[in-house]
Amino acid sequence: MKHYKIIIIGGGSAAMGAALKANETGIDAKDILIIEKSEYLGGILNQCIHTGFGLSEFKEELTGPEYANRFIVQIKEKGIPYLLSTMVISINLDKTVEIRSVNGDEILSYDALIIATGCIERSPGAIKLNGYRCAGIMTAGQAQNYLNNLGYLPGKKVFILGSGDIGLIMARRMTLEGAKVIGVAELMSYSNGLKRNIVQCLEDYNIPLYLSTTVKETIGKNRLEKIILASVDEKLNFIPGTEKEVECDTLLLSVGLIPNVNILSKLNLNKDKTGKFIIDEKCETSREGIYICGNSLHVHDLVDEVTKESRIAGYFAAKYVLEGETKDDVIPVTHNENVGYVVPNVLNKNYRGNVSIKFRCRRPMRNVTVIIKDNTNTFKSIKKMAIIPSEMQNISFNVSNDIDSYLNVEIKENE
Amino acid sequence: MKDVIIIGAGAVGCFLARELSRYNLDILVLEKNNDVGNGASSANSAIIHSGYDPKPNSLKAKLNVEGCAMFDELSKELDFHFFKIGSLTLAFNEEENKTLKELQNRGELNGVSTSILSKEETLNLEPNLNDNVYSSLFAPTAGIVDCFNMCAHTMENAIDNGVNLKLDEEVIDITHQNDKILVKTNKDIYESRIVINAAGLASDKIARLFDKDFKLTIEPRKGEYYVLDNDFDLVNHVCFVVPSKLGKGVLVSKTSSNNYIIGPNNVETTSIDDVSTDNESLIDIKNKSSKTLKVSPIYKTIRVFAGNRAHLVNYDDFYIEPSKLNPNFINLVGIESPGLTSSPAIAKYVINEFISKLIKLDLKSNFNPYVKKYIVMKDIKSVEEKDKIIKSNPEYGKIICSCECVSLGEINDVLSRSVPINSIKALKKRLRTGYGRCQGGFCQPLLAGILAKHKDIDLKDILYSEDDSNILKERAK
Repeated sequence: MKHYKIIIIGGGSAAMGAALKANETGIDAKDILIIEKSEYLGGILNQCIHTGFGLSEFKEELTGPEYANRFIVQIKEKGIPYLLSTMVISINLDKTVEIRSVNGDEILSYDALIIATGCIERSPGAIKLNGYRCAGIMTAGQAQNYLNNLGYLPGKKVFILGSGDIGLIMARRMTLEGAKVIGVAELMSYSNGLKRNIVQCLEDYNIPLYLSTTVKETIGKNRLEKIILASVDEKLNFIPGTEKEVECDTLLLSVGLIPNVNILSKLNLNKDKTGKFIIDEKCETSREGIYICGNSLHVHDLVDEVTKESRIAGYFAAKYVLEGETKDDVIPVTHNENVGYVVPNVLNKNYRGNVSIKFRCRRPMRNVTVIIKDNTNTFKSIKKMAIIPSEMQNISFNVSNDIDSYLNVEIKENE
Repeated sequence: MKDVIIIGAGAVGCFLARELSRYNLDILVLEKNNDVGNGASSANSAIIHSGYDPKPNSLKAKLNVEGCAMFDELSKELDFHFFKIGSLTLAFNEEENKTLKELQNRGELNGVSTSILSKEETLNLEPNLNDNVYSSLFAPTAGIVDCFNMCAHTMENAIDNGVNLKLDEEVIDITHQNDKILVKTNKDIYESRIVINAAGLASDKIARLFDKDFKLTIEPRKGEYYVLDNDFDLVNHVCFVVPSKLGKGVLVSKTSSNNYIIGPNNVETTSIDDVSTDNESLIDIKNKSSKTLKVSPIYKTIRVFAGNRAHLVNYDDFYIEPSKLNPNFINLVGIESPGLTSSPAIAKYVINEFISKLIKLDLKSNFNPYVKKYIVMKDIKSVEEKDKIIKSNPEYGKIICSCECVSLGEINDVLSRSVPINSIKALKKRLRTGYGRCQGGFCQPLLAGILAKHKDIDLKDILYSEDDSNILKERAK
């Protein structure tokens, strides 16, 4: 059985960032292994041929493949081994993984494991899209794959459900390819995409965005023929009488991304009461030596943020291999009702050093103060003019003493 | 001239074709869809019922019990998943408990043995059920089946034993003269000595094509379902609730792929093609299932779907009779639940009761009851064995659908079999590609490419399901 000090599942930006950081922290390149299921390193960045990547990481605007390539070059330079077209079939409880490729089925052992498997798009089934399950309904990322990787246009009269960034990007992309993009409907009363994408992908092309609106029904036996739009109230229930028929041959879904972590189900990792994995400030799960980062931990808006987080996982996985476990009793990271979620959701009591707290607000708010505090001290108090759910917040601070009982993240509306 | 034409390649048509392929007969199956098992046989609860429920002495009772008993052997011969996990029918109060006792007595009359379990015994078996459960009726012979591959493998075996299958052929007229019946389709005209109408939801329409005075009418009843992910524990048995005047109620069950299914409701619909889902129905099903379960698992949904039952008005049983115009035209109408369970027994019944009296049945000496074994990588436990398979054919190591871990080798195996694959949906039904939580988001473009290469057609001609369901419109500029 082959042994690696660190095995990384996934070959996208999170995986490469973690591998490089682990190497820099003192793990020999040859003791690290990246396992990627597709034929290329770079993950989903390869189909993101638009620009906007790398502004904070490289101070320039790169396309997805260009951003990925900056890391691929380094992986090759350092000589970090990677397997392509290789799938991790299972993660076993005895610090081994089963992998499969055209070369065979094999068990590998590891000291530390980093999960960097990215995310998947929520499917029509996951949002219980009603009506007929005909051709012409697909996720925006799938359409992006057909168009950018295979060179085929999935439809000519397109409607987009959900204002996630991939949907917005595809609205522009399909328009440029000669399709008519009729509009974008968003269930919430605010957009879920980045502001720059609303402007550059919709407004610049006169594509209307309908807020508090969703698709009630899809119609078409074999191929989509039309959809029924309807407005929703504050509780997201349909408002009777607001139904509107829209003729289209394609409905693209951009209704959110979910971490692709099914492979972890066998490990019985501890979860909090909302079902999220318990993750500490080192990106370590409840199982010693298993780390998780990037979009498989939580969905990020920008790949630059993924890279930052991957370095945390890579650094601490290396430290764990070199110095052994330093896990201690943990204290919870809690939040108030204006916060959707917080990563990490626990902190090790004995931890000293920099902590990045990442969170999203639950709804758009203006004139707020973000307060991070424990039972006795306030670590950070930051005023913000506006805060929106589609922009992840990342606040760092230094921990030099024991945190008292808990850490709480609070968004307060100012008087 | 053909000896037998079977109209419809659903579960009943497939088993009829395979049973008849034991004999020296010239058999043709006509199916209007581009795949077998595409109507009610594919969109249902996929449960093999034990048979305690149908009215004693009915055809439904007889054929359900006989059919249920055949699945152990069939699943081995035809290599499809069937798991005899047993069913629990749940009572939530004393009155429903009384109904369980009536059902138990009815089961005894039908020849099905069941037992009544206490609250504690029930919760021991199924800890995720609602604590309010009062008692349950345990039927150990009930099971779950992969109805997609059941139909596909049964037809494959029939074809391998000499049956001719024509897909995409819709019957548009049927006449008879002297001792032959003429079946006209959208493509051709065929002559046959015997015709069996196994057209499922359209069986009343087909019956009327032959005899305009055929009286029974199918009024389709739609049922909607949730399909849940397979990465958590919910139930280990088929969990029914006590049937009421409103029907069998909403069940919760494991599926043969380790997913879970919740449904169906029961609503009238105007068209047999109406398989749309709607919000009201799904909320209704969700509310009903929440009475059965401790915690609602609906957030684990990966897909919703609907199917139609071939429900007969004013006729409370399967209608299996020769036409009054001509005994060589045999109608099978109103094959609704427990139709899937009964389908292999229906095939035997039709042959024994009718066909054997119309035509001489000579057993073939070379009939092979087995389909060539499929390699399903997911079902193989030993790493060494998997490694050996990949070493002998590396395609089994190339994973195409990562949610369900389906390899190129498995896809190419299916493409090489006797039942043609004409769509992404047909692949999905055989292999579960695109059936997982990403619903084909990642693998569908790959599958489309593999299928296009196999059929030597352009990617834009790949169908999602039936005709005109092309996934792509045109090549990009």
